[in-house]
Amino acid sequence: MLINYALGILFLPLLSFIILILVGKRLPRQGDWVAIASVLITLILSLAMFGSMLLSHDPGFSHEASIEWMDLGAFRIELGFLIDNITIVMLLVVALISTMTHVFSIKYMAGDIRYSRYYAYLGLFTFSMNGIVLANNLFSLYIFWELVGVSSYLLIGHWFEKDSAADAGKKAFLTNRVGDIGFFIGVMLIFTALGTFNYGEIFQGVAQGDMAGTLLTLAGIGLFMGAIGKSSQFPLHIWLPDAMEGPTPVSALMHAATMVAAGVFLTVRLFPIFTPEALLFIAYVGGFTAIFAATIAITQNDIKKVLAYSTVSQLGYMILAVGTGAYIAGFFHLVTHAMFKACLFYGSGSVIHAMHHALHNKHDHDTDPQDMRNMGGFKSKMPVTYWTMVVAALAISGVPLFSGFLSKDAILAGTLAFGTHHPQHFLLPIFGFGAALITAFYMFRLIFMTFHNEPKLPELYDDINESPKEMTFPLVLLSTLSVFIFYTLPYFNPLSDHGWFMELVKAKDSMVPGNPSAHEIAEGIHHSHTLTMILSTLVAALGIFLSWSVYLKKRISADAWAEKLAPYYNLSLNKYFIDENYDKYLYQPLLRLADRISFIDWELYDKYFINGFGHVTKWLSFLTGRTDYDGLDQTIVDGLGRSMSKAGSTLKEVQTGRLQNYMLFALFGVVIIVIFQSF
Amino acid sequence: MENIAFGLIVAITLGSAFMVVQGKQLLYSAIALLFTFFGVAGLYIFMWADFMAGVQIVIYIGGILVLLIFGIMLTNKITSVNISHTSLQRGAGVLVALGVLSFLVVMIGRTPWLEKTALEPAQTVDGIGTLLMMKYLLPFEVASLLLLGALIGAAMLSRNVD
Amino acid sequence: MDSLQTYLFISAILFSLGLYGVITRRNGIAVLMGIELILNSANINFIAFARFGGMNLSGHVFALFVIIMAAAEAAVALAIIINIFNNLQTVNIDEAQQLKL
Repeated sequence: MLINYALGILFLPLLSFIILILVGKRLPRQGDWVAIASVLITLILSLAMFGSMLLSHDPGFSHEASIEWMDLGAFRIELGFLIDNITIVMLLVVALISTMTHVFSIKYMAGDIRYSRYYAYLGLFTFSMNGIVLANNLFSLYIFWELVGVSSYLLIGHWFEKDSAADAGKKAFLTNRVGDIGFFIGVMLIFTALGTFNYGEIFQGVAQGDMAGTLLTLAGIGLFMGAIGKSSQFPLHIWLPDAMEGPTPVSALMHAATMVAAGVFLTVRLFPIFTPEALLFIAYVGGFTAIFAATIAITQNDIKKVLAYSTVSQLGYMILAVGTGAYIAGFFHLVTHAMFKACLFYGSGSVIHAMHHALHNKHDHDTDPQDMRNMGGFKSKMPVTYWTMVVAALAISGVPLFSGFLSKDAILAGTLAFGTHHPQHFLLPIFGFGAALITAFYMFRLIFMTFHNEPKLPELYDDINESPKEMTFPLVLLSTLSVFIFYTLPYFNPLSDHGWFMELVKAKDSMVPGNPSAHEIAEGIHHSHTLTMILSTLVAALGIFLSWSVYLKKRISADAWAEKLAPYYNLSLNKYFIDENYDKYLYQPLLRLADRISFIDWELYDKYFINGFGHVTKWLSFLTGRTDYDGLDQTIVDGLGRSMSKAGSTLKEVQTGRLQNYMLFALFGVVIIVIFQSF
Repeated sequence: MENIAFGLIVAITLGSAFMVVQGKQLLYSAIALLFTFFGVAGLYIFMWADFMAGVQIVIYIGGILVLLIFGIMLTNKITSVNISHTSLQRGAGVLVALGVLSFLVVMIGRTPWLEKTALEPAQTVDGIGTLLMMKYLLPFEVASLLLLGALIGAAMLSRNVD
Repeated sequence: MDSLQTYLFISAILFSLGLYGVITRRNGIAVLMGIELILNSANINFIAFARFGGMNLSGHVFALFVIIMAAAEAAVALAIIINIFNNLQTVNIDEAQQLKL
């Protein structure tokens, strides 16, 4: 039964994609109801699966089904589903956010020139994402991994008339591909060592020690590189801020909740085969990314960019969690983050939508509708948006009573436990708590700059209105889901780490010897739990307080501090010039190399070699022609004719017409014959 | 006695023949031909061919030669200057003639001729007549046809085309 | 002196003389004369063989036929020569080169 649900969940969005691509434009309302219907059914099926999971209450539930696609002896490819509790939760998240995006887009993308194509691509994306979630082997995972990248490219570049959007789509896809090189190497290393792509068989193989040591570490890091690319970790984070060129609902769906989470999902799935060294690498990458992105987010003025860097930072958190062993905490954060980050994105979408309308009415096409410095005081004009965003911001900052507190707490507990056990890695908890502080700060900076204080552009302010209910409904729903209670059921203690999630989604032991067992990790987390709670609450409060002081009460001047720390401010505002440096030290040399090679090919090879062939052939044919015409034709053929003619005209003199000559010749002949005969 | 006469006749024949082919004037050649015919007739006499000698003289000299002289007369361009009657290929002609002569001579000399003795007949006319009417009747008739054809042909050729 | 060979020699000489005349002389009638010489030499041959072959008179008959034929041929030839003369205004057979290529 579950398999049928899974099939439906997987293929309904694909069906919607196919229909909309082929006949979308001709359907009434450009076919958005096809997409919404398909994704609603998906949601219902996911809820059904979720319900059955809650009812059966089996933490060890796992169901696998697959069909064989290709069997080439040593190389077997299967397509299959692996359904366990993690899968079910993830499916629900994807279905929910996807549905919210579809609903939100009805009003946000109304009147867009490629409305039906937009929904088609959303269907393609949902299909691909579900494929990743349901995959039971690395090969089909890779297929859907790439498909998700394609959908991302298509959706980011939805308004491809804008150069920046087209470039951003390209950048996203290419950066992903760089990560995927490592991913592919990792997959192939595993296949070479273990001979299979299937998760279960891989785990068995590793447990038996068929693959270990440096090889396994390398494979693990290789696989993780795919996550670096997909989940936008340093140094491949560069595509995510640019991806904000896409429509905001897309940003919410893909670049907040689901696609970027695929990398985390991958590491969660494959956690049992990461060696301690690989996990350490993962932890540092994640932790560094978390704090690094947060420092950039403080200074950004574009509302979506703040959220983008925030996403990068939070993803870093999840990766950090996996690295320190608390990978279920990371997964938990994935789920909660999906809710509140999507809510924040929808909120920003709502604000931007309102700004667009206002600017349109004023016929102003120069002011940036996404710049927070043009906003201010929207609180009274857009109350629903305001309050839902506040809830989400509180969640992300890790304030107790909200879901974010629970998940962040779990992660930070994990880092603290890890730090306690391995004091040489003290940086990891520092990264974690530091990022939490900064997160709270910039999140509320966003809230205060957008919704509080005096409007920076009063004439614009008059036209600002609340968004229609198709847009506010997702906001309300998601912000509600950001409250703690939905994750602690059936318990009501906001501080507990029990609840359906923690009980049903259990960590698996690592298959790699040398790693602590799940039990040990859980113990460690438990130990540090209390300390973490206190620290994280303090940090969140501090962050919010600072933000409040600077941006609301204006007791501390942001500008003065910006001047004082000018070099740091500059670095942060310009995202540490990473894109520029990549361009200078990576892209340009490569382009120059490509230029050189192209020069060799075009100017040298083509011109001289290929054209040379042509010239030689021409010359040869000219020679042959000459030989044929002058030599053969003129000399031999014509010459033959001429000599024949000459011989003829000479010989025709024999025919003198005179009888006596003829007689003479005849007699001559007779005489000769006789003479010859007589000898 | 006979030998002298024989030699004389041969000399006349051959000398005249030479004159025939050498004569600058056509009429001189014709006269020389006359003498050649006479000489040949004499040779016939020596060979006991009395009838043939007579026929030779009558027909050759009396018929053909006269015809030739008529021809000469009719085709004589009085106004024309003395054209050389010998063509340009005299050298080759001499060669060829000498060649033919030499091979003939050689052949005659080398062949062992079989000679049968015979008695001089009183006359040959009877024999010839008999032969003509008996053995050689067909050729005789054909010859007359030939003459007829020649007659008609000559007449036709020399008529004035109207 | 009275042997077959003598007469044959004579006829051979006559023959070659006649041949020379045929192929060398430019006047048509002179050519005819050469032809007559040849025919005469043939006749001498016939008669000689008749005399020295047991007086076989067939030789004489054939010589007769030759004479007949010579007469006919001379008549026709002269007719032709007169025609040529009428058409080409010349008897120089070198000028009758219409068969020249």
